[in-house]
Parts: sequence; structure tokens; C-alpha cells
Amino acid sequence: MSLIYPRESAAIHPANASPEYKSTLKRAPSQPLVMLPHSLSETTGPVFGHADVSELDSDLTRRHEGEPIGERIIVTGRVLDEDGRPVPKTLVEIWQANSTGRYVHVRDQHPAPLDPNFTGAGRALTDSDGRYRFVTIKPGAYPWGNHHNAWRPAHIHFSLFGPSFLSRVITQMYFPGDPLFRYDPIFQSITDENARARLVSRFDIEATEPQWALAYQFDIVLRGRNATPTEEPHEH
Amino acid sequence: MSTDRPSGSEEARLTPSQTIGPFFAYALTPRAYGGAELATGAMAGDGVPGERIRVAGVVLDGDGAVVTDAMLEFWQADAQGRFHATGNAGFTGFGRVETTTEGGYSIETIRPGALPGSDGAMQAPHLTVSVFARGVLTRLMTRIYFSDEPANQTDPVLALVPAERRDTLIARRGEDGVFRLDIRLQGAGETVFFEA
Ligand SMILES: [Fe+3]
Repeated sequence: MSLIYPRESAAIHPANASPEYKSTLKRAPSQPLVMLPHSLSETTGPVFGHADVSELDSDLTRRHEGEPIGERIIVTGRVLDEDGRPVPKTLVEIWQANSTGRYVHVRDQHPAPLDPNFTGAGRALTDSDGRYRFVTIKPGAYPWGNHHNAWRPAHIHFSLFGPSFLSRVITQMYFPGDPLFRYDPIFQSITDENARARLVSRFDIEATEPQWALAYQFDIVLRGRNATPTEEPHEH
Repeated sequence: MSTDRPSGSEEARLTPSQTIGPFFAYALTPRAYGGAELATGAMAGDGVPGERIRVAGVVLDGDGAVVTDAMLEFWQADAQGRFHATGNAGFTGFGRVETTTEGGYSIETIRPGALPGSDGAMQAPHLTVSVFARGVLTRLMTRIYFSDEPANQTDPVLALVPAERRDTLIARRGEDGVFRLDIRLQGAGETVFFEA
């Protein structure tokens, strides 16, 4: 299978120069990007497999002696390309704060409790249908220093590879109806309203498990579409 | 009348990028947290053929301050200019490091071979690099070339870069044998980043 990578669709990504998000001020390039033709250096990429990911890696609630505190959730979805075709056997990495909004990371200073039973890192490989599934704890909102009373809406960080260097993306999944969306310059850095909406997961009653956990669905579309347009079958 | 397109698949709209944020390390580069790392800066095992090289530098912001919360990923061909991806023979061509508390990065790998470009012209040996960091909303893409490669003169990608900025893509070999290249996100000597 070979893919082509349209450039126009990538225009929905946020501009690095997004001054409302203060950390961009000294980190966004000021020179124009140079257009890079797509060679093998870009259209290939690393491939991960079952040697890299164990079954337990996708259940963030079973990594320690006890159960973590918080609302247990299931996060499922499909990884697709720009033709809507599933991206099978691709690596999905996630990380998140615990239910109090605190990260395990040593530099997180938010004075909310760590949970000895929750680290907040997971990995999964998509199946042949492009599906992934994580079990985790709903992350809390957390404050940050960007502006007065700045709070990040609850989110899970997602990292995906897809078939090549060009399909590589890191993003964040949000939860429906979060009142913090309008105040968050990271979410708002995506200027297209429909594109922003694609980062908001959908409550999923079908995947919700009785007496156990609510489910959220989050589909992810990576760059790339099939190089050879599908021919309509001819009837003779 | 049937088509073999999967159902409901005519157009799928891209998922937008977001920043990696400052707190990724325990998941993506988790050595200090006791986690298993998918990839590190040690990109080539002992048996991998090719010239062993080390590439190192510092990531800097528009004030010249070191960036201590970036993640760099590297992708490269083997010594013959071929991509492997699956890691057969101890070499995937993929590396991943976080910057240190001094903003530094360092990888050990083999020198990649030349390989064909998009129009068939040979590309000089290079590493493909992704830069993720707090304050970087969309991954920055760049390349690292090597100062002692005559093929740089005819590389089709370097030819697209304004001459006065090409040096920002070329690692210089020091007396210690290490190739050095700093990545400047903004300002004087700003690294060339690509749109691909
Ligand atoms: Fe976060």
C-alpha cells in the first residue's frame, strides 16, 4: 500500500504563533516554513508491534497494588486515514493527570494529591479494524500559569505514528461539555470550530459497561490517503 | 453499483495537533520513572553495519534560553540508504529523546547513506527530525545533515533552503568526533523548519 499526503488538509493544525498561549511567544519560528517535497525520508516511518506493547499497557487502572481513586472510564475509538480507511496495528500512546488534576511528572507543582495507585501512562496497538481501547480514570482539570485563573479542561494526551513520518501527530482528547473550553488558549489555538470539535470525545452508551464504567469514543484521523483511487467495479 | 470503499469513508477530516505539554516524560521517555522505553537515543545496536556517529546539541528558544521540556524524534535510513522500520537486524532507524535540564540532546547511531529524493536526484545523508515541546502546538520538522559530506552541494532539499540559512541544518564535526548542531526555535540563527 502506498499513500499520498495532501497538504491542504494539514492547514487545520494550530499555528505555532498563537500568542494567547504564552509559551508559544519565544518558541514559535518567525521565519516561513520551507516546503519539503515528500521523499522516502518522509513517507516511511517506524513500525511498532506486539513486542512493544503488552495487554496490560492499555489498562491504566491495574498497574499498582490497589485501585486508583476517581471515575473509571473506558476510552475507545478508531484510527483512520483521510480516506476513512482504518489504520491497523499502529501505536497509540496516552498520558494524563490523575483524578485530582495532578501529573506524576516531577515538575508538576499543582498542590493536589498524587495517587499511589495511578501513574497515568498507557499504550495500545490498533487492531485490524483500526480500533483501540483504554481503561483509565477520568482526569481532573488543573491550573496553569498562562493567565489569571487559567485552568486546562480535563484532557488525555494522545501520541500516534500511523504509517509514516508525515502521519505522526500528538494531540489531546477532551470531554464533552467542558465549561473551560472557551477559556483555554490551547484548545482555542485551533481556529476552525469543526476541527476543534473533533478533539472532543463523545459519550458512548453502547460501550459503557453496567455497574462498572462510562465510555467515551474518540476517533482519530491521520494524514494520508490511498494513492490509487479505487476503481468502480465495472459490470459487463 | 457497489464500490469497494469501506462504508462511510468518503472523506475523513484530519485530527488537529496539540502541544505535547511539559509533562510527557513519564509516558514517552520514562527511563527516570522506571518505565520501559520504546526508543532512546541509542539508535543502532552493536552488530549494525555502518560508521558509528554521535550527534548532539542544545535546543534554544527565541531568547537563547535552553528548552528543557522538548522531545526530539529522529528517523533515518541505514548505511546503504534503506529504511527498515520494523527493527530487523537491531536497527529501526528511529530514535527518541527528551532534552536534559540543560536543554541538551544526544544520540548515537550509524551514519545514514545517501538515498533518492522525490524527483530521483540523490539526497545527501541526513536525519529527519521532529521537535515537540511545551509551547509548540504543531510538531516542527527539520533535518540534520553532516558537514563532511560533499553530497550536500547537490542535495535537492538543501537547494530549496535560502543559502544563508543552510548552515542551520548542517551538524559540524568537532575535534572529539561528535557532530554538533543546536536547534534554535526562533530568532537569530533560527533553524530551518519544513512544511511537508
Ligand atoms: Fe496536560
